[in-house]
Amino acid sequence: MPDTLSVPPTVMLTVNGEARSVPEGTSVAGLLAQIGLAERKVAVERNLEIVPRSRYAETLLAAGDAIEIVHFIGGG
Amino acid sequence: MDLDFTEAELHRYSRHILLQDVGALGQAKLRAARVLVVGAGGLGAPLTLYLAAAGVGTIGLVDHDQLELSNLQRQVVHATARLGRNKAESAAETLRALNPEIRIEIHPRRMDAAAAQELIPRYDIICDGTDNFPTRFLLGDACHLLGRPLVSAAVLRFEGQLSTYKSHLGAPHPCHRCLHPEMPPEGLVPSCSEAGVLGAVTGVMGTLQATEVLKEILGIGEGMSGRLLLWDALDMRFRLVRLKRDPGCALCGEAAAIRDLSAHAAPPPLVCVAS
Repeated sequence: MPDTLSVPPTVMLTVNGEARSVPEGTSVAGLLAQIGLAERKVAVERNLEIVPRSRYAETLLAAGDAIEIVHFIGGG
Repeated sequence: MDLDFTEAELHRYSRHILLQDVGALGQAKLRAARVLVVGAGGLGAPLTLYLAAAGVGTIGLVDHDQLELSNLQRQVVHATARLGRNKAESAAETLRALNPEIRIEIHPRRMDAAAAQELIPRYDIICDGTDNFPTRFLLGDACHLLGRPLVSAAVLRFEGQLSTYKSHLGAPHPCHRCLHPEMPPEGLVPSCSEAGVLGAVTGVMGTLQATEVLKEILGIGEGMSGRLLLWDALDMRFRLVRLKRDPGCALCGEAAAIRDLSAHAAPPPLVCVAS
């Protein structure tokens, strides 16, 4: 019997237009940690909607999600 | 609503009055409107030029800075001959020459908590064209608490962002903290004076900001509350994303902790502010 548990299933999504695979169950917070981005300098858009920062940990990424990192800018 | 226009006004605003969604009534609304523009910089320049030209009856201008040579690459409301002058005063001179029918109120002072509390209630719509996070957070909090819509734009390098916040009206309108709950840690996000900005990018964003202000006054079209416009000039991609009210928001959420401007009481740090 093949040991399917040794390779965790992944989901395919795009981050800033580029394909990326992440382990199933990865949250928005987990993705930011993977990319190495500080939560306080970005906002995250998932399928054309901003994810509230209070929901980063509980928002799990799904196959086909289009994620965009929105940088915090404040120039005038 | 006062619908009496002089011959000169009818002529000046004829292209507006021709528009079915504006007309004489809309033009009268513009004339009766009071708009506060904070920052006479890269965004404030096109913004105030178009509001003044459009006949917005009263424009308040807040800026404590003096005009510098490095401003003129994008701040098209000023002039080389006015280097060293207060920027609110300099801008007012251009705006009065463009449209003597309207009133320009100059506030050559720093936008701090006291100024916010004093000035914001005197205007119908507030525009953020500032160049630093402490002032942006002050304006966002103050507009929610004092009950005024905030039309906010920001630029950096080749990028622009735009939204309108009307969270004082309640759900479903989000506030600025639903997008960014807290200021970025100091030094993590550069300013235009550190990272640069393409002058024309400020022109586009300030003009979009003016368009949204005019739509808000006229009550036409789809406003930007609950939506965020993201523009990257290099790949010329405009994206419109949804911004929902966050029930856990510290300013407009169900258990909001921010109830006054006391967190903004200290003067903003003296960062380089060459907007």
